[in-house]
Amino acid sequence: MLQLDGLRITEGDFTLEASLSVPKGARVALMGASGAGKSTLLAAIAGFLLPDAGRVVIGGVDVSHAAVGERPLSILFQDGNLFPHLSVFDNVALGISPRLDLDADARKDVEDSLSAVGLAGFGARRPAALSGGQQSRVALARMLLRRRPLTLLDEPFAALDPGLRREMLALLGTLCDATGQTLLLATHDLRDAQALCDRVLLLEDGQIVLDEALAAAMARAPAVLNPWL
Amino acid sequence: MASRAQPLNWVQAIGAGFALLVALMLLGPLLAVALRAEAGGAGLRAADWAAIRFTLVQAALSAALSCLCAVPVARALARRRFAGRQAYIALMGAPFILPVIVAVSGLLAVFGQSGWVNDTLRALNLRTVDIYGLSGVVLAHVFLNLPLAVRLILQAWLAVPSERVRLAQSLSFAGRDMRRHFEAPLLRATVPGAALVIFLICTTSFAVALILGGGPAATTVELAIYQAFRFDFDLGRAALLGLVQVGICLGAGLLAWRFVRGVGFGAGLDRPALPWPGDTARARIGDGAWLGLAAAFLLLPLLAITGDGIAAISGLPVSVWQAAGRSILLALASTTLAVTLALPIALLIAGHAARAGLEGVGLLSLAVSPLVVGTGLFILVFEVADPVALSLPITGLVNALVALPFLLRALIPAAMAAEATQGRLADALGLRGLSRLRHAILPRLRRPLGFGAGLAAAFSMGDLGVIALFSAQGQETLPLEMYRLFGAYRTNDAQGAAVLLMALSLGLFWLFDRGGRVNAAT
Repeated sequence: MLQLDGLRITEGDFTLEASLSVPKGARVALMGASGAGKSTLLAAIAGFLLPDAGRVVIGGVDVSHAAVGERPLSILFQDGNLFPHLSVFDNVALGISPRLDLDADARKDVEDSLSAVGLAGFGARRPAALSGGQQSRVALARMLLRRRPLTLLDEPFAALDPGLRREMLALLGTLCDATGQTLLLATHDLRDAQALCDRVLLLEDGQIVLDEALAAAMARAPAVLNPWL
Repeated sequence: MASRAQPLNWVQAIGAGFALLVALMLLGPLLAVALRAEAGGAGLRAADWAAIRFTLVQAALSAALSCLCAVPVARALARRRFAGRQAYIALMGAPFILPVIVAVSGLLAVFGQSGWVNDTLRALNLRTVDIYGLSGVVLAHVFLNLPLAVRLILQAWLAVPSERVRLAQSLSFAGRDMRRHFEAPLLRATVPGAALVIFLICTTSFAVALILGGGPAATTVELAIYQAFRFDFDLGRAALLGLVQVGICLGAGLLAWRFVRGVGFGAGLDRPALPWPGDTARARIGDGAWLGLAAAFLLLPLLAITGDGIAAISGLPVSVWQAAGRSILLALASTTLAVTLALPIALLIAGHAARAGLEGVGLLSLAVSPLVVGTGLFILVFEVADPVALSLPITGLVNALVALPFLLRALIPAAMAAEATQGRLADALGLRGLSRLRHAILPRLRRPLGFGAGLAAAFSMGDLGVIALFSAQGQETLPLEMYRLFGAYRTNDAQGAAVLLMALSLGLFWLFDRGGRVNAAT
């Protein structure tokens, strides 16, 4: 599904190098200390940063130089996932059409998607009129609607308290069971990773130092992961 | 190094085209002026040198007096809390949108031959004051620019971090220590810049000199251009004087530019007052007196003209109403043009080297003297058509060009902020071109757009500059019609027209500004 071949990104005196292969449907936790390169790696896959060397291949297609919106993926940021000046409905609808010109079927898809995250009837509201958890659900609804095979999560739902955040990650997992999405979750909380992921990648100073099944890593080298427990 | 694409490419391409067009529309007339000007300094007569001298002297006096009075007012606003403080600060923004000719007629109603002040002086058998000439020009300029000086200086005061003030409190600073460690450095940093900006504004002031100046002793360069044009129809001399004006503007402008970095207009004025250490009863009384005096000085002329003029409105001649209609249409057209030009240019500058762009915009606004651009356009149009027949379109165009820098100053920071906060999400959703503009960027620009359009409309509504150069019978705008009524000593009608003009200017500003706020983002 996702393949990085000798990817190299340089930002000032920080260099990130990564090669990896993620099969379809995998749920990978990207862990590491602040500054280890988690966000940089996600930004490179998403296309916010263009690589100095190497390739980003998604679904067998080299997208190394494609624009952000053209890559077959969705992104959930820490915060700021919604436009505050647009209604909940329009925020979700942007996942279908950037021009917001929706036919009846598309409108129904938006409503269905809102129902799936438990927000039926909230479409007319502005994000400011929702709780933090509800805002996160709106972002999830849009992600579902975009039907992109790969989803990147950069420490998502950071504004929520840990309990609610894990609930949201579990909901994300359930929703993705049906679609078979591939997920890449950057986090520094091991329990967040456990709530969603089956595989763990550990980054240190721009290098991948560990890449294996989450359960195996927990059993074999818990000391490595302890700082994030 | 990692790079990013520009997702608003075609909008920015339009912006580049518009920027080029604006540069042509400004530089073309300047070039025409330069080519038409009589060769060499020999063309300058004694009267012209007197005009140059008067321009510089009155501008320097106006700047110095404005700043001198602004310091205590700003200090009082910075360290006092009182009911109506917000309204007071808002009042300090009003002269931006008040037509100059209205302000001048208000000053005449208070300080003029038969104004309140002289009536009182006569009743007390004292010598009356004369508002015409240097003193009148300076008085009007202080009236128009004192609020700007207060705002600029107040901004610096309110930028003092409260941690620093708390530190001063913990060290039990007295008033003297505050002056030494806070106020003196703060004033050294802001007053020169504020004074230079006001100096620059006063060198290009035309309407004030037109009404209160004149004669060999009180003619500014801009007024001399107008006279060479209207009375002698000496295009060569008008062009030469135009060149002189450009030189004065650029000289003062570059000087101001060196000092005024970082001093903006709007932000940060609504922070609550600081508890200022070393406060005393005397300081409190002094602050109150300054606030009261400044408010009286700024409000009395407006109250005077409103009181005298409101009754006269119903009896205004038809020509005034026709002029009002013309002015409204002109203001709307000029505002539309200014907004159309400003938006793509702002997005272009915001997306690229924003800082350099902002500085360019500043330089542009400094170099533009409406009267000089008008003179140049006249020279250009004169070759192919009758400029008088085109007086209204040319006035609208010049007004739009003059308003452009203000719009850009409001729009560029907002566009940069919109990209900074919404750009990543818009990228992630693949929003580009028109969709990005409509759903991600424009909603964040509504406020500054409304505010800037309001400024442009009020400015065009109240402008008495280019239109005076070109005007023909039956083409008068409201300010020009009001000026004619004044000239014909129809004071009552003129005051009625002044109230109408003031209401229309403030009303247009309010409408646009309000329109930008309704349902606005944030």
